[in-house]
Amino acid sequence: MSILVNKDTKIIVQGITGRDGSFHTKQMLDYGSQIVGGVTPGKGGQTTADGLPVFNTCQEAVEATGADTSIMYVPAPFAKAAMLDAANSDIKLMIAITEGVPTLDALKAYEALSAKGIRLIGPNCPGIITPEECKIGIMPANIHKKGRIGVISRSGTLTYEIVDQLTKAGLGESTCVGIGGDPIIGSKFVDLLPLFEEDPDTDAIVIAGEIGGQDEVIAAEYFKNHMKKPVIGFMAGLTAPKGKRMGHAGAIVGGEDDTAAAKIKKLEASGIPVASVISDVVPLVESKLN
Amino acid sequence: MKLHEYQAKALFRENGILCPPDKAVDTAEEALQVAEEMGMPVVIKAMVHSGGRGKAGGVKVLSDISEVKETAENILQLRIQDLPVRKVMIAPAVNIETEVYLSILLDRSTRSVIYVGCKDGGVEIEETAKTNPEKILKLQCSTDQLKNPDDARLTEFASNLFDGESQVQETVEMMKKLGALFLATDASMIEINPLITDNKGTVIALDAKMMLDDNALFRHPELAELRDMDSEDQDELDASEKGLAFIRLDGNVGCMVNGAGLAMATMDTIKHFGGNPANFLDVGGSSNPQKVVEAFKLILKDPNITAILINIFGGITRCDDIANGLLESLKILDVPVPIVIRLVGTNEEEGRALLVGTDLITAHTLEEGATKVAELGGKS
Repeated sequence: MSILVNKDTKIIVQGITGRDGSFHTKQMLDYGSQIVGGVTPGKGGQTTADGLPVFNTCQEAVEATGADTSIMYVPAPFAKAAMLDAANSDIKLMIAITEGVPTLDALKAYEALSAKGIRLIGPNCPGIITPEECKIGIMPANIHKKGRIGVISRSGTLTYEIVDQLTKAGLGESTCVGIGGDPIIGSKFVDLLPLFEEDPDTDAIVIAGEIGGQDEVIAAEYFKNHMKKPVIGFMAGLTAPKGKRMGHAGAIVGGEDDTAAAKIKKLEASGIPVASVISDVVPLVESKLN
Repeated sequence: MKLHEYQAKALFRENGILCPPDKAVDTAEEALQVAEEMGMPVVIKAMVHSGGRGKAGGVKVLSDISEVKETAENILQLRIQDLPVRKVMIAPAVNIETEVYLSILLDRSTRSVIYVGCKDGGVEIEETAKTNPEKILKLQCSTDQLKNPDDARLTEFASNLFDGESQVQETVEMMKKLGALFLATDASMIEINPLITDNKGTVIALDAKMMLDDNALFRHPELAELRDMDSEDQDELDASEKGLAFIRLDGNVGCMVNGAGLAMATMDTIKHFGGNPANFLDVGGSSNPQKVVEAFKLILKDPNITAILINIFGGITRCDDIANGLLESLKILDVPVPIVIRLVGTNEEEGRALLVGTDLITAHTLEEGATKVAELGGKS
């Protein structure tokens, strides 16, 4: 088991004929993910180098292939149109990799997708992987190993670092979800924690957060009131200055509440231990599992 | 991107949001001329992207024309929170009957746009939110509700701000226009503090603050031009043109990392082991060797640098690309400080092989790298 995606997940790639889309389609196929087709408006009817059918719209792709999940690599100016196209289809899950999507576009797309009951992951995220079953994203595959730790993170390479250490320690991961570094994202920590809590193959969850917003604090409140499985935290940006956007559009300290220090305090008060350096994550997970 | 008050108010006027006339000028002479045309009393405000303008002496109300030139001169010489004041805005002083707070902003937690109101205007809203949270009113809207506003909801909200019927009605109209302006400009925040009634009972936006979404500026070239270059760090702008995210800090250990989250974690880890990070630098994904050279140039511009840590966890980024960029940098740049490098992930063997025979100090983990660089760089 796992959350959101597994070996049966059928995936279409929006922007499959683009540079990033075609490169990562190949990588995902190599991992064993079931990519069943792609969407590029105006290129319907073509076939990709990997032999996959291209459609003009998501719904055409869904009808022809039975896909339930879409991953989007479309450049930022066109991301809204692609996300609204997905909202007009019968897919269940959409993963938006694209960085730099205007915030109001992301908000409008989120509204349209959630009105249809479609879960959105991202934008500006590395995607989702259920190791040894299904990779939908841009993460390096070889650092992951099937295991029983769930991972939720706002950042790409920081996740890889944590995953690498979980794998090397022999723990492995059930599912890793990169939720994205933008101010408006489709799924937040608190939206995914219940799924991991329910998942019989997850024993503990690592959440990697950063400065900006209150999502980690909301997650901590949820943990305190609703969860039995242990959650371990890591928070990036203790040294980040106020008012500066640290790479991610959503990583900015506005007030006292969204600093890394304030979040660490609230997480710890809710019973989530927070690693002070990344190499402390694995020992904290191990101590909670024992 | 932040807009200055005079820039935001120009947008207000274009969109029918009532605010006093004003003029922004660069010199005390022009300030005097404007005040003469407007007539006394006037208010002179420093146009600078920092808070606490009033406390720093950047806002003055004058009733005597003979004080205008000197006051403007003084304000133009101020630095407020380390930013120079290049412009002052002159506006007629208004008689304030009542003042309230009104803003519209993107709310991350509810994934919606919210109007925020408070009957106490002109004060620090963050303070009120902490001491008297019950005084803060919020009205949550979907983008559709901004586009097609519901009068009843807006009226209920506005009647908590003002008592008079005509003031409530004027506020409702203003909220509609703010909502439309928010959508049309891809704003993330528009704040009016204070929103006032004058002695005739008219509702007027006395102040204006606006923040725009940087990711959306590509479709608003006319707004992108309003950026105040004096408020921006030139190195940060240069970096973003080259596809790097860079922010200068006051430490002495330079760092170069791929990925924003890991870049922050790297700074934190350096600090944890006693060092002091000199910058945030994300070289981004799929980095080509030239980006590494540009990153080095930015780091080395800071004369306080005593050591550099390079931390790469290759995913899309290939370690051999980084190594090639590093070799190129060492060839063309004079790097007078020790470099600690931690290189793992995609093509790590190829990357390491390229670096054999150089003076670089290698580390296998981030913690090891941070410890080494903190020692080499001198602890803070």
